[in-house]
Amino acid sequence: MPREVNIRIAGTGGQGVIKAGLVLAEAFALEGKNVVQTQSYGPEARGGASRADIIVSDDEIDFPGLRRVDYLLVLHDSAYRKYYPQVDGETHVIYDSSLVNARRGLGFPFTETSIREFGTPLFANMIAIGALTAMLGLQPEKVEVVIQKRMRKAEENVKAFRIGFEMGRRVTKPKVVSHVVKPYILS
Amino acid sequence: MEMELIQGNEAAVRGAINAGCNFFAGYPITPSSEIAHGMAELLPKFGGVFIQMEDEIASISAVIGASMAGAVAMTATSGPGFSLMQEGMGYAAITESPVVIFNVMRAGPSTGIPTAPSQGDAMQARYGSHGDYPIVVLAPASVKDMYYLTVEAFKIAFRFSTPVIVLSDEIVGHMRESVALPPLGEIESYEKRAKNLIDGRRRHRTGLVHTENGLPTTDLEEYEKLLRLLFAKFDDFRPMVRFEGEEGVLFVAYGSSYRLAKSSAKLLAEKGVSAGILKLESLFPFPEDAVRRYSKKADLVVVPEMNAGQVVKEVERVCCCRVKGVSYFGSLILPEKLVEIVEGEL
Repeated sequence: MPREVNIRIAGTGGQGVIKAGLVLAEAFALEGKNVVQTQSYGPEARGGASRADIIVSDDEIDFPGLRRVDYLLVLHDSAYRKYYPQVDGETHVIYDSSLVNARRGLGFPFTETSIREFGTPLFANMIAIGALTAMLGLQPEKVEVVIQKRMRKAEENVKAFRIGFEMGRRVTKPKVVSHVVKPYILS
Repeated sequence: MEMELIQGNEAAVRGAINAGCNFFAGYPITPSSEIAHGMAELLPKFGGVFIQMEDEIASISAVIGASMAGAVAMTATSGPGFSLMQEGMGYAAITESPVVIFNVMRAGPSTGIPTAPSQGDAMQARYGSHGDYPIVVLAPASVKDMYYLTVEAFKIAFRFSTPVIVLSDEIVGHMRESVALPPLGEIESYEKRAKNLIDGRRRHRTGLVHTENGLPTTDLEEYEKLLRLLFAKFDDFRPMVRFEGEEGVLFVAYGSSYRLAKSSAKLLAEKGVSAGILKLESLFPFPEDAVRRYSKKADLVVVPEMNAGQVVKEVERVCCCRVKGVSYFGSLILPEKLVEIVEGEL
């Protein structure tokens, strides 16, 4: 991992975006990294796209906001439309191919997988965090410790995380578009 | 102490509990609500009392009353509530009540933008209540500061028998950082008996000007004596400032703007422009001597603030060199932008 990584996780209300950000940020903290995590609040969070930003660094983090986005994980089309314009050619874009029509990036069917495995889209956030963990080279054990500590339904969430981690591990070059799936519309 | 990920407001709660706070009265308001939530959850477990009052006027009044009865008391609010508390703050100042008041600043005036950060209450924190009075204002810039400056706020409140304002903002209050803090329940030990000017005498408390026995007076000599004594107590106050970096461009910054200043100073250094930062952890009493001393070696003093320019006027008052205030509203600007502005001044 480079000395500093800037991560933005974005989706829409109810997708567990903030929770996903907290889990990832705390796992990095347990790994001994310097971490700053911020998120959207209030009307901004309720009215559509919500986001969690994480800065991870080996050095002290001075400026608490994202100055660039190294990894953009989007779980919803509205969030993709809002945050994709802010990325550059170096940004790794990872998206939920069940819900996002993306022009560029690496799509995974997080929501479809959650529905298939658990009968609900609720675990898509942890599947996504699994995939991102694999790409970031973060120790999966650290994330699992945080899930056990912080989340209800820890068993299912750990299982979801492991499914996602396997998805991410199979991909070595994050910039290659692996597959684009027809958007899955939630009823 | 092990590393953990903790929110600024949560760190303030831990700091308060570990400083022995045993009374909280408040009214939740964004972006300070997590402090009330945390105190509501934890105070009963530590033998303390949490009361949600009907408004902020009642909150500060309850806190002052509890303090007079011997409690270690605090409240937390944001702009609109802070305005309502001003009368109480003057009362706490003249009655020399040791209380801690948190203001997690949000964009104002009035209701403003509840979720957007601001540093617009800096001068209100100093001069918000009517009449002349001294007050202590501390300005945390990180989650770590939120813990340690909270503990310090209680120590100062008792040492000087005074209200202390912890002036945070939405950025510092809501962000989470990896940090190693003393665990909850590691209680700090310090003298919690306030020594005010009428200490040891028959106690009568009033917001009226009073003599040494605490009873009201309209004698102008007594009035002047009281005010001079109130201010003189702070002759012993040691300003909390930190200097980092090199001589050259000097950033004078507090709260979340310190983080912007530090990042900008590093960017300038990379470009071969030497720069340093004077971080004001105690904003008032204004650290005049330190600002004057460090500015003497500076080519340019830059004061970045998330307001229309407030503390910059204090800096201008004490500096002989060129002072540049940089204003922004509702969020920090990027360090690259601040560097561009500074370079335009060189």
